[in-house]
Amino acid sequence: MPHGLSTEHEELRRTVETFAREEVAPVIGDYYERGAFPYDIVAKMGRMGLFGLPFPEEHGGMGGDYFALCLALEELARVDSSVAITLEAGVSLGAMPIYRFGSDEQKKTWLPRLCSGEALGAFGLTEPGGGSDAGATRTTARPVDGEWVINGTKSFITNSGTDITVLVTVTAVTGERDNGRPEISAILVPAGTPGFSVGQKYSKVGWNASDTNELVFDDCRVPQANLVGERGRGYAQFLRILDEGRIAIAALSVGLAQGCVDESLRYAAERETFGKHIGQYQAIQFKIADMEARAHTARLAYYDAASRMLAGEPFKKQAAIAKLAASNAAMDNSRDATQIFGGYGFMNEYPVGRFYRDAKILEIGEGTSEVQRMLIARELGLPT
Amino acid sequence: MGVQGGWPPAMNIVVLVKQVPDTATERKLSSDDKTLDRAASDGVINELDEYAIEEALLLREKHGGEVTVLTMGPDQATDSIRKALSMGADKAVHVNDEALHGSDALQTAYALSRALGRMEFDLVVLGSESTDARTGVVGAALAEYLELPQLTLAGKVDIEGRAIKVQRLTDYGYDVVEAQLPAVVSVVEKINEPRYPSFKLIMQAKKKPVEKLTIADAEIDAAKVGLANATTETVDFAPAPPRAAGTIVKDEGDGGTKVADFLAEKKFV
Repeated sequence: MPHGLSTEHEELRRTVETFAREEVAPVIGDYYERGAFPYDIVAKMGRMGLFGLPFPEEHGGMGGDYFALCLALEELARVDSSVAITLEAGVSLGAMPIYRFGSDEQKKTWLPRLCSGEALGAFGLTEPGGGSDAGATRTTARPVDGEWVINGTKSFITNSGTDITVLVTVTAVTGERDNGRPEISAILVPAGTPGFSVGQKYSKVGWNASDTNELVFDDCRVPQANLVGERGRGYAQFLRILDEGRIAIAALSVGLAQGCVDESLRYAAERETFGKHIGQYQAIQFKIADMEARAHTARLAYYDAASRMLAGEPFKKQAAIAKLAASNAAMDNSRDATQIFGGYGFMNEYPVGRFYRDAKILEIGEGTSEVQRMLIARELGLPT
Repeated sequence: MGVQGGWPPAMNIVVLVKQVPDTATERKLSSDDKTLDRAASDGVINELDEYAIEEALLLREKHGGEVTVLTMGPDQATDSIRKALSMGADKAVHVNDEALHGSDALQTAYALSRALGRMEFDLVVLGSESTDARTGVVGAALAEYLELPQLTLAGKVDIEGRAIKVQRLTDYGYDVVEAQLPAVVSVVEKINEPRYPSFKLIMQAKKKPVEKLTIADAEIDAAKVGLANATTETVDFAPAPPRAAGTIVKDEGDGGTKVADFLAEKKFV
C-alpha cells in the first residue's frame, strides 16, 4: 500500500503551509473583523499558481491534480477558512465547470485569467427556495432571437461580487422534458451584463473575509453560445461538480480541525493555572488527543476519496463520508479548542474564536450533513 | 530561460546553497566528532540562500541566462537543491563526498572554488551567512580562492554590461561598491522577497539536471578537506543554557530610569 504523499505533493503542502503562516496568519484577523475581501492575499495566492492547481498548463494551469488543490485548501484552512473557501470556490465552482464542460472558445476566453487568480468566477446554483434540490430551480432562461433571457434570483453565491469577479455560471430552467420535469442547463453570464446585478452582501456568522452575495437576473440577455456544456445537462453536470467539491470541502474542514489542534497545543504549553501549564492536566490532554484523532481520521477519509477519484473509480460514497466526517471534526474541534482557551476563546483576537464561527457552515455548504447521510444510505442500497 | 546569444550576452549565474538544521528545532552537535548531528533535526535550505536564489532569478529575468545551483553536502542536501529548482533555478551541481565531512569554512570555500573552476559563470551569488555555523566568511574566502572581486552584504545589485554595482549595507547606511564581472556577491535579506515555488515549478524540478560530483570529479585535494585537515577545531561544546526569566520593570514613577539602568548594565546604551 502506498504510504505518504509524493515528493511533489509534500513540497506543495509545505510551501502552502509556510505561505499561510507567513502571509495569511498575521493579517487575516483584521480583514475578518472588517468583513473585507483580502485582495492582496488572493493576488499572492494567484502568483503561487494556487488557482490553476488542477488545470493543464495549456489553459494557464499548473498541471497538477485535484488532490494538490485539496492539500492547498487544508493548509490554508489551518490558518483561515475565508481565504480557503475563496480558493475552493474559485477553482471548483468558478473555473472547473468551464474546464470540464465548456466549449474551446469559453476555455480560451476565461481559463487563463481564472487560473492566474487575477480573476474570479462563481457558480450560481442555490436559490432562495432551495440548494441541493436542484430540480426545484426557479430561475429561467428562455431562448429568444439567438440569446438566452435569464430571470431569477440566486442565493449565497461565493466570489460573485468582488472587484475581480468576471463571470458567474448559473443553472436555469431552459424548457420542459418529455416526462414533464424541468430541463436544466448551465449558462455563463459575464460580470457587468445588463440585467445581472449583485444584490445584498450578506451578514454572515463566519467566513467574514470571503465574498458572498445574492444575485438577481432581470431580463438578462447573453448569447446562446454562453451555454456551458449540453443543453439539459445542467443538473447532471452540477452533480459531478458537487461530488468533487465535497472532497475539497472535506479537505478545508480537516484544515480547520487541525488548526484547532495547532492553536490548542500552543496555548496548552503557555497558559498556567494553579501553578501548572494547562497541558499537564489530563482533562486538556484528552481533549487535544481526541481533536487530533478526529482531524487525522477525517484526513484519511478525504485522501481515500481523492485517490479513488484520481484513479477514475466511483467515489460518491467516499466523498460524502469524508465531507460528513470532516465537517463533524471541524465543528467538534472548534468547540473543544474554544473551551481550552476559556474566556480568550470567546475573543476575536484569538484564531480559535474565528475557527468556531467558521466551522458551522461546513455542516451546511456543498450539501448539508443530512444530504451526505442521504447519499451514503442511497449508495448502501437502502430504498428511496 | 532567458535570452541566449543576445547582446549583452546572457549571464551564467551560480547560486550557492547550503542545507542547514531547521532553526525552529533543537540543534545538536554529535559527541563523537563534535560536528553537526544531522539526524537530530530536520534539514532545510539556509534562509539567506532563498534570497540569493531570488536575486539570481531576478537577474536572469532581467538579463537572460541560466541559474545553476551549487551545493556541497551529504545526501540530504538534495532537499535544498529541489527547493532551489522549485523556485526556478535551471540546474544543479551537488558535491557530495564522505571525505568532505567536518570541513570548516575555509575548506568549504576551497572545495566550492574547485567545483566552480569546472563551470562557466559570470556571477556567483550566496547568502551572507548560514544559520548554523554563522561564520559569514565563505563568500570572502571563495572570492580569494577564485581571485575574483568580492561584493559582500549586498542589499541591492545592478548589472550593466560587465559592470556590477551593489549597495553594501553597513551600520550607518550603505556603501556603493563596483567591480567587473565575474564576481562573487553575498546578499542580505533586505535585498528582495523570495518567491514561493509554484506547483508547476515543483513538478518541473524533478526533471531538471542535477550533476553529482565526488571530490575526485571536482579535483578537490583530499588532503585539504575534511575534519582531520580542518584549519579550525571544536575544542568543546555545551548545550545552550535554558533561557532565564526576563526582568519585569514595574513603573512606580521611575520606570524610565530603571529601564535605562538595565540597558546600561547590559551595555546596550
